[in-house]
Amino acid sequence: MVSGGVLCAIGLVAVIGPWISPNEYLTADFNNILRSPAFADGHVFGTDDLGRDLFVRTMMGVQVTFAVAIVASIVSLVIGVLYGATAGFVGGRVDAVMMRLVDTLYAMPFIFFVILLLVVFERNFLLIFVAIGAINWLDMARIVRGQTLSLREREFVQAAQLLGVSTPKIILRHIAPNLIGVVIVYVTLTIPQAILIESFLSFLGLGVQEPQTSLGKLVNDGTDQMEGAAWLLLIPATLLAVILLCFNFLGDGMRDLFDSRRSE
Amino acid sequence: MLRYTLRRLLGAIPTLFLVIVLAFLLVHAAPGGPFDDERALPAEIEANIAAAYHLDEPLPLQFLRYLGGVVRGDFGPSYSYRDYTVSELIGRSFPVSLQLGVLAMLLAAVTGVSLGVVAALRPNTALDKIVMGVAMTGISIPVFVIAPLLVLLLAVQLQWLPASWTGSESSSRLLLPVISLALPQIAYIARLTRASLIEVLSSDFIRTARAQGLGTAAIVRYHALKPAMLPVLSYMGPAVAAVLTGSVVVEEIFGIPGLGQLFVRGSLNRDYTLVLGVVIFYAALIVLLNLIVDLLYGAIDPRIRRR
Amino acid sequence: MKTIRLLSVILVLLAGAALILQGCSGGGSDQEASRSGPPALNRALAAEPESLDPQKSRSTQAADVLRDIGEGLVTYTAAGELVPGTAASWEMSDDGLTYTFRLREDARWSNGDPVTAADFVFGLQRLVDPATAAFYAAELGNVVNAAAIVAGDKEPDELGVAATDEHTLVVSLERPTPYLLSLLTHPSTFPVHRGSVAQHGDAFARPGTLLSNGAYALADWEPGAVIDLQRNTHYWNDAETSIDHVRYHVVTQELAEFNRYRAGELHVTSTVPPENFEQIRADYAGELHVAPTLGVYYYGFNLTRPPFADNPELRQALSMAIDRKVLVERITGRGEAPAYSWVPPGVDNYEPVQLPYAGLSRQERNAIAQSLYRKAGYSKKKPLRFELRYNTLDTHQRIALAAQAMWRDVLGAEATIVNVEFQVLLDQMREREVTQLFRSSWFGDYNDANSFLAIMQSDSAANIPGYSNAEYDELLRSAGEQVDLARRRLYLEEAERVLLADHAVIPLYFYVSKHLVKPEVGGWQDNTLNYHYSQHLSLGAVEGDTRP
Repeated sequence: MVSGGVLCAIGLVAVIGPWISPNEYLTADFNNILRSPAFADGHVFGTDDLGRDLFVRTMMGVQVTFAVAIVASIVSLVIGVLYGATAGFVGGRVDAVMMRLVDTLYAMPFIFFVILLLVVFERNFLLIFVAIGAINWLDMARIVRGQTLSLREREFVQAAQLLGVSTPKIILRHIAPNLIGVVIVYVTLTIPQAILIESFLSFLGLGVQEPQTSLGKLVNDGTDQMEGAAWLLLIPATLLAVILLCFNFLGDGMRDLFDSRRSE
Repeated sequence: MLRYTLRRLLGAIPTLFLVIVLAFLLVHAAPGGPFDDERALPAEIEANIAAAYHLDEPLPLQFLRYLGGVVRGDFGPSYSYRDYTVSELIGRSFPVSLQLGVLAMLLAAVTGVSLGVVAALRPNTALDKIVMGVAMTGISIPVFVIAPLLVLLLAVQLQWLPASWTGSESSSRLLLPVISLALPQIAYIARLTRASLIEVLSSDFIRTARAQGLGTAAIVRYHALKPAMLPVLSYMGPAVAAVLTGSVVVEEIFGIPGLGQLFVRGSLNRDYTLVLGVVIFYAALIVLLNLIVDLLYGAIDPRIRRR
Repeated sequence: MKTIRLLSVILVLLAGAALILQGCSGGGSDQEASRSGPPALNRALAAEPESLDPQKSRSTQAADVLRDIGEGLVTYTAAGELVPGTAASWEMSDDGLTYTFRLREDARWSNGDPVTAADFVFGLQRLVDPATAAFYAAELGNVVNAAAIVAGDKEPDELGVAATDEHTLVVSLERPTPYLLSLLTHPSTFPVHRGSVAQHGDAFARPGTLLSNGAYALADWEPGAVIDLQRNTHYWNDAETSIDHVRYHVVTQELAEFNRYRAGELHVTSTVPPENFEQIRADYAGELHVAPTLGVYYYGFNLTRPPFADNPELRQALSMAIDRKVLVERITGRGEAPAYSWVPPGVDNYEPVQLPYAGLSRQERNAIAQSLYRKAGYSKKKPLRFELRYNTLDTHQRIALAAQAMWRDVLGAEATIVNVEFQVLLDQMREREVTQLFRSSWFGDYNDANSFLAIMQSDSAANIPGYSNAEYDELLRSAGEQVDLARRRLYLEEAERVLLADHAVIPLYFYVSKHLVKPEVGGWQDNTLNYHYSQHLSLGAVEGDTRP
């Protein structure tokens, strides 16, 4: 739960920070290149090799990283839940075919397709979300399907069926809400994955593009400057590590919470 | 078991076909061709090149031509390595990646499980916290930060290990890449093992064994470890995929002539045949690996085998 | 128990496989002389050569390796002077259309066979043969029938090159080509051993089958990793070669290359990481070599679309607003020279023409730029908005950001910088449908002003801006017909003047070559062509080196 608090704090600072800071993340100030952190000249985290303020850029990066991770997870969540719930609920041949498709897609070396996709479609921001979401929904679908299978036999579902409620409605109004527990746990665990994938794409030059930045990109850029300007690496990397750890702990905590609730 | 295996293998064929089609379309959809360069070529030369590589034919024809080759085991010539065929390139780089990947997985499995067991046997002690803390760094610091740091420290400053693949012929050049690759997996496996073992150790049949007077070591070895390993085993699939992903970064950093690096070069250079070849090869590999994992799973958990 | 046995069997198999593979790659190809023999020279390549077939190769990296394993009619010294190579002497006819080369009688292939004029004929015919699909097929465009053969109208054997006897080669030209000798140092003109191609077909350019007439032979090639060269004892000048064994390592990341250099795994780097440049300049002063090269970094206008089509004054305004001094001192900061001309300095027999405003102070330049901007119809209230496209690279981005700031500060123009993947940018530049201002660069293939000026002809495929000026074309055509070098030079200079006055491009700076070279490497000389033949280098002892 501490993690939850930390994350919120980071998120808040990330959003407010750029507002109150006098610096812009875009402005390149060539007279102030590579200054190490100092309170005095207004550059709390120092500047990068183009003279841009690191504090603002890092906060920007946090915003983007959060955005990518959350949206990507939501994308994979929505697809995965709908797909898995439908397969699990309808069952029979439809289920078999749908799961077959999932198995097929599992076989594809996804990361390669992501790279190809990004190369093909000229790396726009939106595509990164879609690409990352596209990798993750398979697991979600499988888990959801399993849950749905067991939920299907519960009384309230059977009651709804007797009453003649249409299948899509049942899925949406009865099954889906009961999946929330499992889904939330899974989402908090896939967010770190999404963040790491984005930073890996940045490494290859395929991630978020200038002038925007993400934590992954900042860390990548910082690694190159490791020897001359260590703060360019240390600050974003520490922030990234903290965020990842928080999400992991959050996920663990959530899982304990929901598991204990269920097994009552 | 044999019939199951055969059925799975046959089922893999439509999968692979789908993979080929998708990849083919994607690669050809990318703007830019394999021979573009800033020094643009006179029209006749471009025409000559296009003809020599059948790039001027309509797409469906090119696809059929390619498919015909694949069935015969010929993946075509590479556009970015004009003296070699795709099969040769894959043949040369795959063993390198395999070596790297296998060693990394072994290291990760052995270290991860050991760490997890140690932590699980003394839960909530300082040792547990330390071990888990170390493991967590593997999860939260990306490979492309750890690897250059290690290189800087161990290769450049201390000069204990080679900084790159070609920097030395001895097997010490494997150390840094393998460690870099394994680190994140060690973390995950350690956590999984710890959680799973703790759960198993608190179950009934373990308490029975203890009541019968068996020591901890014996309990762990003969009773607890096997069921505790189940979640770890099912993580193996994603773990291999993660190592695959990570290998692209590691190969790039250390200059290792492996499959990941081949693929990235190929995509950026629009080397159609190379990219397709690698994608198909990997798909086939993953199908095979899934099969092996399922078989292993069945071997360990007799409940599944009976299905 | 069965399951544990199964598991352990699998584990043992895996471990065994891993060890075997390790043994394989560790003990395989890269052993031989490298362990026990004299130390190898370790050089870096920034990219992998796509081919070591002289006529099929394309990249500068391939050319670098090829220059070690092959030799043309002429070659260069370490200082960059043109000297006889496989040709011992030559004569040019008075009309400049016929060159007669006499080959050395002691020139040999690495298998002992003599190098004959017929081998050169074979190589050159192969170069223009459409079936080879050679990138440099147009290199010898002035040779009789060359263009027709490339277009498929004539057969390769009708090319204007002939072997009148074993050691005499005659080259016939359609137009005088004063830089012909410079062209003949290019690897695409290297000879090819006919027997080898007859025997191995297109796969002749591999380790073990590729025959070399140069100082080294191709011993091994691990794609993605390293290219191994061994001394060619049959080379006619082998006595002058010091180093027995050269290894070219493929290193794409600059920082990784620097690390390897520091770890002692590389003797010569291909470049220097920009982030560490200051540190390197301080710590490795004696090992850092920075030298001007024949390359220009420029922003090109798309002259076929608004807002820059038919608007020379606007173009001039943008060109003048850029402070090149600040660019090279603060932004790139690695010794580059600001570019006020199109042709770089250091080209044979030529003095580049400067932009008309090159001598003005910054205030004067800005004032004129502002008035031109206003004359073109723009102002603070109605600023010029356009896109600057560049391919993804840190340096390009930094320069673009600086330029953007300069245009905004001096003129009030709003430039949007767009970063595009390399292949995509090439497409866009060629199609000319979306580009307005783009970043590009050009490197001279040979040491002559023509290698820079020719690409701006209206019909040149490398003319990305779409520059079309009849006067310019006419000047170059006239230059091409001159036999007298002084007159030719006048035409070329006038052409450059026209080009610069039209402001078809904004030249920003001239490239420099940057290498780190270990102190124990001897014989390294900086030259504008950035050619460093391994045969001119030597490897001394390292302090503390205990090897024999």
